[in-house]
Amino acid sequence: MSLTSTVSDNARIVTVNAERIDAAMAIQFKEDMRVETENGPDHVILDLSSVAFIDSSGLGAIVAVMKQLDDHRRLDLAGLTPMVEKVFRLTRMDTVFNLFASLDDAKAAISV
Amino acid sequence: MRDKFNTSFYATELEARQAIASISKRLRASGLDRNRADEVEIALAEAINNVVEHAYALTEPGTIRILSNLRREHLDIRICDTGAPLPQNRLPQGLAANVSVAREDLPEGGFGWFLIRELTSDIRYDRCGLINHLSLRFDFPPVEAG
Repeated sequence: MSLTSTVSDNARIVTVNAERIDAAMAIQFKEDMRVETENGPDHVILDLSSVAFIDSSGLGAIVAVMKQLDDHRRLDLAGLTPMVEKVFRLTRMDTVFNLFASLDDAKAAISV
Repeated sequence: MRDKFNTSFYATELEARQAIASISKRLRASGLDRNRADEVEIALAEAINNVVEHAYALTEPGTIRILSNLRREHLDIRICDTGAPLPQNRLPQGLAANVSVAREDLPEGGFGWFLIRELTSDIRYDRCGLINHLSLRFDFPPVEAG
């Protein structure tokens, strides 16, 4: 799958360049994210603005990615599209993660 | 808003992905409200993925057949497969996973049936011979006059 990663404003920013995070790619996503976040800043922002759809396997993979991080590190989510936001809200995962409307909002929250 | 169709595909993750996307696209093109179409796509994906991951877990993947009937008042989707029956031949409860727990205890699965139950108006499971039939009903709110 396609992830791109940059470091800016003391955060690792990982962008998902895929329209769907689903059962067919959940395992690969988890593994690729582990590699991308292995080291670097404590804050990780996952930019989901290109992702139109997520299923429960994809949701579980994002939870797994956060659990892979050391306790002092943090995973924030940015740019949730309507269907992705709905899945997080229904499962109450919106209470577990910090969700930001845009990548800029997520970066601003870290630099404060 | 009226559209009746059926489609079949092989029960693999990639064919499931394509079928979920194309069924949802067709329902949107037939005039299904965007918000309701999102909910249908989420529930449909969970139901189809369950068949791929569980019904055909111990056997060669078979065929999944979808019958869709979109009407003004509701949408009926029936999912048929020849895989293993649901445990105890009945629908799982689909309780909400508890997320008010420590990070290391957060659930990474068990959301599927909860999402299906949350997003459908009615749900029914029948095992007929060697075939599973899962019927999902999505009611639409009445359209206000004017």
